[in-house]
Amino acid sequence: MTADFALLALAVAGLLLALTLTAEALRARVPPGRRVPGVEAFAVRVRNWWAMAILLALALLLGRAGVVLLFALTAFAALREVATYTAKAREDHTALALAFFAVLPLQFLFVGLGWPGVFTIFIPVYVFLGLSVLSALRGSPARFLARVAETQWALMICVYGASHIPALMTLDLPGPDGGTLLIAFLILAVQGGEVAEGIVGRRHRSRPIAPALSPRNWHGAGAGVAAAALIGALLSWLTPFGIVGAALMAAVALAVGLAGTLVLAAVKRERGVRDWSHLIPGQGGILDQLGGVFFTAPVFYHLAHLGWSA
Amino acid sequence: MPKRAAPLHTPPMPGNPLRRLAARTVGHGVVLACKAVTAVRADWRGIPPEPRQRVYYANHTSNADMPMIWSVLPPELRDRTRPVAAADYWLQTPARAFFGAEVFRGVLIERRPDARTDNPMETILQALDEGASLILFPEGKRNIGTEPLLPFRAGLYNIGVERPGVELVPTWIANLNAIMPKGEVIPLPLIATVTFGAPVRVEPGEEKDAFLARAAQSLANLRDPT
Repeated sequence: MTADFALLALAVAGLLLALTLTAEALRARVPPGRRVPGVEAFAVRVRNWWAMAILLALALLLGRAGVVLLFALTAFAALREVATYTAKAREDHTALALAFFAVLPLQFLFVGLGWPGVFTIFIPVYVFLGLSVLSALRGSPARFLARVAETQWALMICVYGASHIPALMTLDLPGPDGGTLLIAFLILAVQGGEVAEGIVGRRHRSRPIAPALSPRNWHGAGAGVAAAALIGALLSWLTPFGIVGAALMAAVALAVGLAGTLVLAAVKRERGVRDWSHLIPGQGGILDQLGGVFFTAPVFYHLAHLGWSA
Repeated sequence: MPKRAAPLHTPPMPGNPLRRLAARTVGHGVVLACKAVTAVRADWRGIPPEPRQRVYYANHTSNADMPMIWSVLPPELRDRTRPVAAADYWLQTPARAFFGAEVFRGVLIERRPDARTDNPMETILQALDEGASLILFPEGKRNIGTEPLLPFRAGLYNIGVERPGVELVPTWIANLNAIMPKGEVIPLPLIATVTFGAPVRVEPGEEKDAFLARAAQSLANLRDPT
């Protein structure tokens, strides 16, 4: 790995150390025996960020195979969260089993092999057509369109979307690392922007963007996009985009990611669940944490490919 | 003094320490598999996970029901909890007998009246008197219809009358009929939730049918998420 990776790892570790110390300082001001939920939630969040950063760093050190494996497992957990709530009948058992145990591994295998001609169309074309045929062959017209459409939707978000994060490594970009560090760039910009959006959105309570779905408002969204652009500019040395290009790419990635979290909030609201699962202590499921990144990854991949790929 | 049950019903715990180690190791594997595939989660809604003597009575839609409940119990509770299961199923092959009798340490009872050598209720009460908690499926067989629950058998009532100190805990398993429908081989990795409700007891003078209906209602009430 290059000096860029080492520098980035040090910077992230330093930032997380500062956040950990802040959390401990906040905790120290709480009288003994009492618990302030906000402080505890912040401490849990920082701990989860450490776990994410360490997992991602280890995967990046292992190279493409490590990153592909990490996101394949993440996609598996995410698909499990969505498939738990989608419409299905007994006749879909084979199609769903194939989604988990064939489509998902194959998609990540194609990414690992670096075949963009295959992994960009495998799920939207072949799986889209094939799984609905499979469900049709088993009969049962009851809620047929809802069943096949919801399965396909789950695959697009959780497998297609998630797989475009490791797919960034396969981009033929200038520079010693190619697209590898773009993964860190994308995740830091989107997660950082989401945090800024959350903080500012709670401070400036104004009319929500979609009141029936989520309390998010335009103040928060604007602050999030601005924060992502700033993070993008600061991290432009990880990318071939240049400072302005990196700020723009990060801003677009966050805007699409925020839109994605709104879409996922609509699905949760419809199915009557607060969190997608309880996998991450204190923060719900994989999709509650990474749904925005999954949503934005194919767009980010495509824009990077269009604009900068050799 | 309760006499020792016939060998078919309670195969002795293996004396061989290697076999016992194998059973424990396989048991850990079952827990790991349940958690890795279905991310099964316990919701202790009505009671805390305390080491008290209990009968967890649950809905039964899939062969994976019992391993799921068994897996979400904390280890110190799991060690003293035994499923009540059908001898005619679990003693059919040597592999099933290993799982049924040694991994899960099932209280194996005979469902076919003509093959019985003693009263299944005595076998169950004996396991309770030995200090075990139990997992019980009072519907008696897998529910593959659309009704949430089949009518309960009398066993739960008899346990409540004979051993009033044992807590009867309604235990709802959600999603398993989608994870592993009858006849399918590959389980779908969907998220399963096991919800433990507040214990029920047989009130003084309560009729069998009234109690069983009430117990079934307590279980069915756990279907809705909080």
